[in-house]
Amino acid sequence: MENQNLTSTATANTSLMQNLQEVRDMIRRHKRKDIIFASVGLLALVLALLTLLTLFSDLVIDGYPKFNPDFLTEFPSRRAAHAGILSAWVGSLLVMLVTFLTAVPMGVAAGLYLEEYAPKNWLSDLIEINVSNLAGVPSIVYGLLALGLFVYGLDLGQSILTAGLTLGLLILPIVIVSTREAIRAIPASIREAAYAVGATKWQVVKDHVLKYSQGGIMTGVIIGMSRALGETAPIITIGALTFIAFLPPAPISTTAPFINFEWLSSGFTVLPIQMFNWLSRPDHAFQVNAAATGAIIILVTLLMNGVAIWLRYKIRKNIKW
Amino acid sequence: MDQVSHVTKAESRNLNFYYSNGAHALKGINMPLYENKITALIGPSGCGKSTFLRCFNRMHDLYPGNRYDGQIVMHPDNTNILADGVDPIEVRMRISMVFQKPNPFPKSIYENVAYGLRVRGGKNKKVIDDKVEQALRGAALWDEVKDRLNDLAFNLSGGQQQRLCIARALATDPEIMLFDEPTSALDPIATASIEELMTELRNKLTILVVTHNMQQAARVSDYTAYMYLGDLVEFSKTDDIFIKPKDKRTEDYITGRIG
Repeated sequence: MENQNLTSTATANTSLMQNLQEVRDMIRRHKRKDIIFASVGLLALVLALLTLLTLFSDLVIDGYPKFNPDFLTEFPSRRAAHAGILSAWVGSLLVMLVTFLTAVPMGVAAGLYLEEYAPKNWLSDLIEINVSNLAGVPSIVYGLLALGLFVYGLDLGQSILTAGLTLGLLILPIVIVSTREAIRAIPASIREAAYAVGATKWQVVKDHVLKYSQGGIMTGVIIGMSRALGETAPIITIGALTFIAFLPPAPISTTAPFINFEWLSSGFTVLPIQMFNWLSRPDHAFQVNAAATGAIIILVTLLMNGVAIWLRYKIRKNIKW
Repeated sequence: MDQVSHVTKAESRNLNFYYSNGAHALKGINMPLYENKITALIGPSGCGKSTFLRCFNRMHDLYPGNRYDGQIVMHPDNTNILADGVDPIEVRMRISMVFQKPNPFPKSIYENVAYGLRVRGGKNKKVIDDKVEQALRGAALWDEVKDRLNDLAFNLSGGQQQRLCIARALATDPEIMLFDEPTSALDPIATASIEELMTELRNKLTILVVTHNMQQAARVSDYTAYMYLGDLVEFSKTDDIFIKPKDKRTEDYITGRIG
């Protein structure tokens, strides 16, 4: 009797050990898939980063001779050695300023309205689909639109204002979509808490919705702006000049009335166009200038994205839901 | 519990409520809310107790398509707070609410409590300071936070956050305070402190509390309403409902036969 019991216990133990071994084999097989996927993912990441790094370092090496302060303070010139990007970066800066001042208020207001105020029906669905689609429209189409609307229709000419408005239109969908996403991330419980103490819609928007979504909104804005910075096609379409040896009138002056808007109607060029212009020249010396310009555009873009990440981190740090 | 003071602070009259998807969530509810008493709403999940509670501060208005039918009349002014002409914001200024999960704003402790006052246009720092202190004392939180009023509210523990939400609801001197399962996210010690707080607050205002916890209803409330599938099955003094329920369904629920 006792013996029998012992034997059956022993058999049970053996089968348990066998089972355990099978379970371990199974886990090992499953984990192998983990490793395979992680390696594929890592490979994809490294490839993408390497491409970017190669591109960037290539531009840096090619353009190295031009990395000196003169490059930033000289106008373009027929002699490559003397040519600089002063008019291009000032132009880019001013165009970006117009883009920022138009796209951000309009985009944030539109996003807020769609999320907080608009009734949810087929019309708002239609608008939503269209806004998302606009983000995918090729930029040259915006250029054609701007040529017809701003340059000829509104007679704004081939000016900084036209370029800024065009790029503003281009990034408007990005700003709207990121505003809506940021607003949607705010939990309903926080909104209800604000309404429950008797706040009006505008008080909720002003004191809560905008405050807690500003990190996400700023991120979207900066990503949109860095896209606008590199856009070439629509700017060429509206007819930006490629060789500019003057600066637009300064927006701020030391004499009254201190602020003027003449610069808005001034001709201009921007960094990617300056680069494009130099690239199309046969003289090799200009290729160096183009490379240096390209490196600067990438560097500024990276910096802007870095700021976006930092901002998001800083603002999100105080918010936990 | 005395038999004499039966001042009605508010009452729902034949209240029906329909969600935007057409669900008939409340079916002809008639129920009084007695002044300076705690009334508990109990019932299995989905019975409409939270829906009923949220009618009192017109929270349903925030979502399109919801519809009220019937009245909730507040005394002594006899205002039907569900009437079209009554602004939900006015209702929320008189009736405040504490939610299921502590939901402080991502702001400082001070600003959380002060928010209701700021919404009402309060600017005088001295007045707001006093009100904030009063409210925090009222919510039994003052001693724990008085040295760090400018800290973020998120740094408080769960129970402290819920008391902060009570202080926020208290700062504006509401006539009625609604509690929607206020302790369901809290541990037993924090729960006990919230319950104690509620019984103290009863002296100042009228309380309506939804709870899924029958012991809690028995511990804190003066009156209890049992709801089932959108109906108000039974309403009476808490002692009566727990000791000798009149309706079979109430008895089944209280004895644990339906949950």
